[in-house]
Amino acid sequence: MRTTAVVIGGGQAGLAMSWWLSKRSIDHVVLERGQIANSWRTERWDSLRLLTPNWQSRLPGYRYQGGDPDGFRTMPETIEFIQGYAKSISAPVRTHTSVTSLRRTDDGYQVVTDSGSWQCDAVVVASGACNMANLPAVAETVPKEINTLTSMQYRNPGQIEDGAVLVVGASASGTQIADELQRAGRAVTLAVGEHVRLPRTYRGKDILWWMDAAGVFDEDYKNVDDIVRARNLPSMQLAGYPDHRMLDLNSLNSIGVRLVGRLAGINQGKFQLSGSLRNVCALADLKMNRLLNAIDEWANENLVSDQVDPPHRFEATKVEASPPLLADITSSGIKTIIWATGFRPDYSWLDIPVRDHKGFIRHDGGVVTDSPGMYLIGMPFLRRRKSTLIDGVGDDARDLSAHLGRWLRGQRRPKHRRLHAVNH
Amino acid sequence: MTTATTEHPVDNGVNVEALLSAREALSASPDAAKFKWRASVKWINGTHSRSTVGGFYGLGEEQKHKTTFSFDADHPEIFASEDHGATPVELVLAGLASCLTAGVAAVAQNRNIQLRSVSATLEGGMDVRGILGADSDVRNGFDGIKVTYKIDADASRDDIEALVAQSQKRSAVYDIITNPTNVTVEVE
Repeated sequence: MRTTAVVIGGGQAGLAMSWWLSKRSIDHVVLERGQIANSWRTERWDSLRLLTPNWQSRLPGYRYQGGDPDGFRTMPETIEFIQGYAKSISAPVRTHTSVTSLRRTDDGYQVVTDSGSWQCDAVVVASGACNMANLPAVAETVPKEINTLTSMQYRNPGQIEDGAVLVVGASASGTQIADELQRAGRAVTLAVGEHVRLPRTYRGKDILWWMDAAGVFDEDYKNVDDIVRARNLPSMQLAGYPDHRMLDLNSLNSIGVRLVGRLAGINQGKFQLSGSLRNVCALADLKMNRLLNAIDEWANENLVSDQVDPPHRFEATKVEASPPLLADITSSGIKTIIWATGFRPDYSWLDIPVRDHKGFIRHDGGVVTDSPGMYLIGMPFLRRRKSTLIDGVGDDARDLSAHLGRWLRGQRRPKHRRLHAVNH
Repeated sequence: MTTATTEHPVDNGVNVEALLSAREALSASPDAAKFKWRASVKWINGTHSRSTVGGFYGLGEEQKHKTTFSFDADHPEIFASEDHGATPVELVLAGLASCLTAGVAAVAQNRNIQLRSVSATLEGGMDVRGILGADSDVRNGFDGIKVTYKIDADASRDDIEALVAQSQKRSAVYDIITNPTNVTVEVE
């Protein structure tokens, strides 16, 4: 089979790219290993809601039309939303088509799937940033009698064996899972490393409204001091609860979750916990306050004061005087460890040497410069801070589809001339 | 972030350009980034010993300090010793102090903050029943370390706190102290 461009992945990124390719009259197919929005269907826990408000899902040619713009979508609603998008833009999606190999050919790319192979001029990798759980090295040393699962495998408290639970990681997933398990009556210990603390609501508005309005999400990857660091930041510590309550380490502390340092090792029947808890919390508080300062400055210049509540600051993260550094596994009663330590993409099908020493695809704002005609979309801070948000992928798709279109035109010029000569 | 807007460029004596280009170069060639730091020690008498550092390995080859440095360590007279030098645990505090302070200077330079003075006091609490073997439930090492900085700089309090926090995040000795390390001790 032949087409001009193949998009690998039928989530929001692949679909937004499809919309832009159609608008630019570039023939393409979208290959999806499962159903549309597959990760949202199969790799999320039951109670999860999107952490962005409903209004903040503006995709090219599609947006939220319902009556609860400030609410947070459940997973079924999220799947429905993305499926609705695919339908409304008539995206040429081939579902249940897994890519097994992507390789270069003399005149473009070959995409091999479990149901046939495609030859194309350009390829867009939109297979997502969160295909696999990223486990720390200490995961290999967990004693056999402890159950372990990842945040991708976690569904609900009923699935967890009786006993105390250690949740490792205090970003969006870890804090929400810790909250749910503690409220379900489990004794939860949360191992906290570097994290990004944010209030849900600030001065009467959702924090993401502020970040959107003040242009924080539009920050360009070329203007960031340290793009490697920006791309590796942990996810925002936010939850989309229907009552908009704030989820942070203080709220977890207040319901009885025990906060400890990063899980640094397991040795002689003991968890070894880092003594850096105080510092990671201080860093997170400082960074949150820096963002709130920036928001206040922006508000002073751009809003009339009665539009929003007055500025205020949140209580510093409370850390006990001497957090434990060692925890005896047996006496702690911990029977289960849940790894909420982030994700990484799965490129096991990628047979083009464009990956760096850590396995990530090298790119310049989504343009895979080492392999002309290849593009990447839907990765953290790909082109702007909002690149991984449903709301942010549209702008990236516009920019990259424009680049892709220019590249195709450059490729075709000599080819057409050749064809012309043959015909005459 | 607040940046100094003085007419004179910020100078804390740290060559940040060189550090940043080293980071760039070393992330592309991870083998050159593998360093080995070394120390050797000679027992002198009693609890008195002298450690020296001179050579180390890095950037793919053997390297040398400009001179060999030596550090005497001993224990105070109340431990029935002769007090020829700092206690080893005080050397650990000194190592942490120097590491964090170097970090403060480097981060300040990178963030365009002019430092005028930086000082810190460090205190490590210890129940010596641990090392004396008097109570097996008592840990040998510090039960906690408190570091208190005094910093005078062209920056807000928040920015100074961020400097200190970031220097902990990038500090080798802070990591060595806060996280476990496998230690292998053999006899030749």
